[in-house]
Amino acid sequence: MQTIDLATQPLRELNATLQSQAAQTNATEWEVLNPRGAHAIAVGLDAPIDVTVRGSTGYYCGGMNKQANIHVTGSAGPGVAENMMSGTVVIDGDASQYAGATGRGGLLVIKGNASSRCGISMKGIDIVVQGNIGHMSAFMGQAGNLVVCGDAGDALGDSLYEARLFVRGSVKSLGADCIEKEMRSEHLEILRDLLARAGVDAQPEEFRRYGSARKLYNFDIDNAAAY
Amino acid sequence: MCGIVGLFLKDKSLEPQLGAMLTDMLITMTDRGPDSAGIAIYGAGQGGRAKMTVQSAQPDNDFATLAEDLSAVLGTSASVRAVDTHAVIDLPADKAESARAALAELRPGLRVMSDGERIEIFKEVGLPKDVAARFSLSAMSGSHGIGHTRMATESAVTTQGAHPFSTGADQCLVHNGSLSNHNSLRRKLRAAGMRIESENDTEVGAAYLSWRMREGATLGEALESSIDDLDGFFTFVVGTKDGFGVVRDPIACKPAVMAETDQYVAFGSEYRALVNLPGIDSARVWEPEPATVYFWSH
Repeated sequence: MQTIDLATQPLRELNATLQSQAAQTNATEWEVLNPRGAHAIAVGLDAPIDVTVRGSTGYYCGGMNKQANIHVTGSAGPGVAENMMSGTVVIDGDASQYAGATGRGGLLVIKGNASSRCGISMKGIDIVVQGNIGHMSAFMGQAGNLVVCGDAGDALGDSLYEARLFVRGSVKSLGADCIEKEMRSEHLEILRDLLARAGVDAQPEEFRRYGSARKLYNFDIDNAAAY
Repeated sequence: MCGIVGLFLKDKSLEPQLGAMLTDMLITMTDRGPDSAGIAIYGAGQGGRAKMTVQSAQPDNDFATLAEDLSAVLGTSASVRAVDTHAVIDLPADKAESARAALAELRPGLRVMSDGERIEIFKEVGLPKDVAARFSLSAMSGSHGIGHTRMATESAVTTQGAHPFSTGADQCLVHNGSLSNHNSLRRKLRAAGMRIESENDTEVGAAYLSWRMREGATLGEALESSIDDLDGFFTFVVGTKDGFGVVRDPIACKPAVMAETDQYVAFGSEYRALVNLPGIDSARVWEPEPATVYFWSH
């Protein structure tokens, strides 16, 4: 276990050290102490290493992650795992707005609640939130899966493309062009796998599926007067 | 972008440390707002007396004989405590309004920052650590206080454009965001008799709340109606003589974190601002919901 203490070492040194780990590194276990809400902790990693951040983080923790497994024992500020490519980011507490925004791959697990705009413009990332999510989540989501074990706020999935949304609790309102869809066996399989990988004790059958009605894909001449 | 910090103490034993705790929080928010900083602090009040905080570009000239000059005009005893570019005038509460008129005659260059039984406001252009040092903010005590670090978007970088804004006795407001209907609302509020001194959007937000309360609304009701009547982005933190409130617009893109323990309620634009507070590791920490009013009072 390698330990970096942000009370004594600068953030740049932390990120430069973690970013320089090669794919075959022997230093696979890292621990970050005293994050104290600092921004951009463990960003841009590209090696199969395990990083545990002991405490709460500020903006953009785990951003652009590739391969690494990042675990935050506290809560995360805005934009956690933004544009993640692969690997996993696990937040034990809550996540602030736009968690997993624009993510292209990997798995983001939030054990508490996520606030507004969770998974906004998601492009292939899988997000599992054990609590609730705020308004405008998965706005313009293009690919990937958003799983919510609690409730979803207003305007879920507004202007959605092809991301799949699974919600166990209530949905305050659906956004434009987002509709409830039939849960077929292949969706139950996807959900079962995601719940297992996220370590969530829930049955796929308890969830409802939402997706795009695909009415906003193309310009409709009948709507010309609206512009 | 701006930074907001706020602290409402439940535990009276922390009151002597209020200034020091708020100063530390304020300086942490420097990179959210490096152009100006300000603080409103609610210290001990004295029934029947009012405190009026004024600011001057020539404090040596303006403050030298201010107490004598003002006392002579008002026919009462007013005292003046100068703190760098600011001075706190202590006078009988029923003389506060006539003191404003007298000051406009005696010292046209003075700006009134606040008045009330308990509130004092100190704000200036410059880095938060420099502003804090000029006013010795860390030595101040009180029951609650609000601070702001500014990165200007809607109006000039001046002392007058810095936050907090006070538009009613013992009331103040700080703001992160920008209001888009402030010009029309400023005209309406001025027509209704509200005093608005700057072209700043936040001052209009403050005057709006003061106006609603003047018309009989509680602070909670005024904050509720602000969600409908103010257009734009806002996270507001407000102070009153004995209370402290928070509201965010329905979109809620301006960040906010709160923490509560048996000793205090704290607000920060970011969690970073809260990390040095006592017992923060076991505090209840949460993000205030959009379009939801939070309020605490003594």
